[in-house]
Amino acid sequence: MTRYIIRRLLWGLVLLVIVIALLFVMFRVLPTADPAKLRAGRLQSPKIIAEIRHTYGLDKSLPAQFWLYLKDLFLHFNLGFSFYSGAPVKELIFNRVSATLSLVIGGAIVWVVTGVGVGIVSARRAGSRLDRASMGSALVLVSAPEYWLGLIVLYLFASDIGQVRIFPGAGSYVGLTSDPVKWFTSLILPWLVVAAGTAAIYARLIRGSLIETMGEDYIRTARAKGLSERRVVLRHGLRSAINPIVTILGLDIGVLLGSSVLVETVFNIPGIGRLNYIAITHADFPIVEGTVLLAALFIIIANIVVDIAYAFLDPRVRYS
Amino acid sequence: MSEPLLRVEDLHVEFPTEDGVVHAVDGISYEVERGQTLGIVGESGSGKTVSSLTTLGLTRTQGARVSGRILFEGKDLVALPDAELRAIRGNEIAMVFQDPLSSLHPFFKVGSQLIEAVRAHQDVSKAAARARAIELLGLVGIPDPEKRVDHYPHEFSGGMRQRAMIGMALANEPKLLIADEPTTALDVTVQAQILALLERLQRELGMAIVIITHDLGVVAEMANEIAVMYAGRIVETASAEEIFAGPEHPYTWGLLKSIPRLKGRRDEALTPILGTPPSLIRRPSGCHFHPRCPYAQPDHARIDPQLQPVAGESEHHVACLLESQLRRRLWAELQQGATPEQAREALGLPPPPEQFERVASVAAGAAQGSGGTVGPAPEIGL
Amino acid sequence: MSAIEPISQAAPQQQGAEPLVQVRGLVKHFPLTRGILLQRKVGAVQAVDGVNFDVMRGETLGIVGETGCGKSTTARLIMRLLEPTAGEIRFEGEDITKLKGSRLKATRREMQMIFQDPYSSLNPRKTVGATIAQPFAIHGLLKDKGERKRAVQELLETVGLSPEHYNRYPHEFSGGQRQRIGVARALAVKPKLLIADEPVSALDVSIQAQVLNLLREMQRELGLTLVFIAHDLSVVRHMCDRVAVMYLGRIVEIGPGDALYDYPRHPYTGALLSAVPIADPTLRADDRHLLTGDVPSPANPPKACRFHTRCPKAQELCSQEDPPLEDKGTPSGAQAGTEAACHFPLSREEVAEIGVRSVR
Repeated sequence: MTRYIIRRLLWGLVLLVIVIALLFVMFRVLPTADPAKLRAGRLQSPKIIAEIRHTYGLDKSLPAQFWLYLKDLFLHFNLGFSFYSGAPVKELIFNRVSATLSLVIGGAIVWVVTGVGVGIVSARRAGSRLDRASMGSALVLVSAPEYWLGLIVLYLFASDIGQVRIFPGAGSYVGLTSDPVKWFTSLILPWLVVAAGTAAIYARLIRGSLIETMGEDYIRTARAKGLSERRVVLRHGLRSAINPIVTILGLDIGVLLGSSVLVETVFNIPGIGRLNYIAITHADFPIVEGTVLLAALFIIIANIVVDIAYAFLDPRVRYS
Repeated sequence: MSEPLLRVEDLHVEFPTEDGVVHAVDGISYEVERGQTLGIVGESGSGKTVSSLTTLGLTRTQGARVSGRILFEGKDLVALPDAELRAIRGNEIAMVFQDPLSSLHPFFKVGSQLIEAVRAHQDVSKAAARARAIELLGLVGIPDPEKRVDHYPHEFSGGMRQRAMIGMALANEPKLLIADEPTTALDVTVQAQILALLERLQRELGMAIVIITHDLGVVAEMANEIAVMYAGRIVETASAEEIFAGPEHPYTWGLLKSIPRLKGRRDEALTPILGTPPSLIRRPSGCHFHPRCPYAQPDHARIDPQLQPVAGESEHHVACLLESQLRRRLWAELQQGATPEQAREALGLPPPPEQFERVASVAAGAAQGSGGTVGPAPEIGL
Repeated sequence: MSAIEPISQAAPQQQGAEPLVQVRGLVKHFPLTRGILLQRKVGAVQAVDGVNFDVMRGETLGIVGETGCGKSTTARLIMRLLEPTAGEIRFEGEDITKLKGSRLKATRREMQMIFQDPYSSLNPRKTVGATIAQPFAIHGLLKDKGERKRAVQELLETVGLSPEHYNRYPHEFSGGQRQRIGVARALAVKPKLLIADEPVSALDVSIQAQVLNLLREMQRELGLTLVFIAHDLSVVRHMCDRVAVMYLGRIVEIGPGDALYDYPRHPYTGALLSAVPIADPTLRADDRHLLTGDVPSPANPPKACRFHTRCPKAQELCSQEDPPLEDKGTPSGAQAGTEAACHFPLSREEVAEIGVRSVR
């Protein structure tokens, strides 16, 4: 088991370096992305560009540059400086990561609980009216774009512009440490919006997977032991049916951590997605590079966590 | 005479499907005495598994329509509410299934699955249940049970898994063990081990066994009484010795003559049963076996034979429209190596009407519900 | 072409019988790998480990053994569906282990295979006609469409199906009928060698007999050479002229079926035969000598005689020296006709004692 974890971690590290190298090429080597030119802005005299090249070590050979970049990155987490504000990208991201984490982790809890819950009920009553109603609404939610859904819930429930003013609306986010209650209430609507589509997918997945599992021989064995139906479903059935969810849960969280642009924008939450959005509109490449790198890191970590979780869930994986 | 442990009376099990009602079990009756072994023999689709699952109420979740009675120590299991049936399941009646790999939950340790079986019916601590689980693994001949109890099913060999399944079934010392093809998925040397284990356990614990199989060798080895099933019905039932020494039903003859033997002449051609088993949705009229029966006569497609005692043998029943004397002579011919055609000719029995073959095709055409099978172009027994 | 060492083991019954297939020193190891970033080889599953036998023209050779003994791997090696790790397979005198391209294709036409599962070995999206005609297409035979269809319909009739089934799909057939389709497909290109890997294990008893009879009939009519692989000893006895018993990647006993079943010399063969349940309650054996334990892992097989860990007759020699496959003779000094790889072969008395019930 330890060997397995070490192997996954090492592969993750290799993957990360590859991603960094790709980003390095995209943001530095490709001619349209010459950082010196971009940094020079409108004052593009060859002299200024050459000066900038020298200051930032851009006149060194590419491998040397890459080595410096890696060293900076791994030893100091140095991601460069914003073209626009001049602030270190590291700080910009660090200041916003908690908001994104709050949104995504909370959303994930909401979508897992509702998705799995609805999935189980639907599976147990497959074909019933309740099943058809929930699977129908799941279909609607899956197809609903997040920003549209976000605007709809703001219109319906936001305390400032809503029809039924019960939840704080856009721009009301405060940090968890400054006011936990307000943090919670302000995130209720974003959580619901972030979770809606994914919960719907999970509900459908769990339903299908549980129906399949309930036809397995070992479920028949569990029933033949005289266990209660509740125990058969929740312990024996769900234990297997939950596996595909674990796989995609890690990836969903990883992806969302790096790219919750739409929801953060609609609700005006100062997270990484919103930072990225603003950076793109300003062509602020170091920030974009930093957020993309962070997203890649999240996805790689999520992948490793999924693999390890999978080994814990399925004993057969451990030994292969 | 004392009440038998299990008495099944006129059991019907039907499954409504989109293509029609599947008559999986069609009015069967049998008894199992305490400490005895009943062998139920049949091919796929004969209803042998469904009838046993129904005994445990395991067809309830599949939308089965069940009628008739299953009396276990006088209690009718068909009428019993779910909760009361659960108290019997795995406790007084336990079951072992065909494929031990898929029948054990892959994600739980073997021990925890055994512990669960113990605690489902006994109010004991986890530690006590664990001790019992280790004891059970030892009982079924798993070496090093203290260590094995913490292993997962995939770490066991096929034979070990089936031993563990048997151990699990024995957790609460059942009075009746139903074993559904318990050795079909196993190698022959392992099969011999498992059969010997079942026999030993039966001796030691005094339980009754119902063993369901397609393998005549296995029932010959295990059973006191044998019931032969075809298309949802019992077509013949007798003591094991009687079934093999003096079988009365043409289907039983067919089964006996279509298995190669370790003894006897090797170049002897096998005599297969022609055609394919019928659809359980649109079953042949009259005797369900008539489209495949080499001795069928015109009115066999019309008259539905009942299970009746064989003359002179009170424990031997057969559902066949042929006359008793004729049957004996046919079997005698077959015993001497005659093919069904030769036996028929020797006794001056006319061949089955030609349209019967077509009936076989039509029936087989609807076999397996949704799929439907092409009628066998007259399945030539080559 | 270099001459090949003849081996006596096969004890070809008919004088002058000529081998169609000669297998010498056949080995197939599947590597086991392990490693943190790079995989390195840490061992091998010794699926087949030094197997020698001949298949004579027109005969049926049975290969029996339990799960993991290497019988199916051997079949796949002969078909060149797997690459052997070492050894030679000669087909009509030519070593086919090195063949490539068109030569290989030409050889493959001469040998066809029937598989265990008639459900998964047919393409569900192809009509029966297309499935059976596929070998024609592969080998560029019968280019004319009408001719091809006629040939397929003839084949359908040969195997006991109706020519009208040409346009049906596999799911419309029962298991036995599907296996007939498999036989028709295999016979389409008129092979010399037919390898049947557990062809009836998935079928009902009454259907098994239909397929077994069909195979025997086909063999007799077309003069096929048949390699019949099965775990069911009764079926193998019924079908085969000669039988090879495999255990953990090796042949432990080989010889004419009648002799081998009548007087097994290798304790493993004896154990296999005594384990078969007999469909006769009067022969119920209550004190059978059962093999204990499980087959050891082929990744780490026992040294020397591979059966010594489970063998009731094992002595120290058995764990030190690998017994050669040879004729153990009879008490009267005559040749037994079978060959066994055993230091301490069974005696007549022992055979009777362990309850081999094929003994008359």
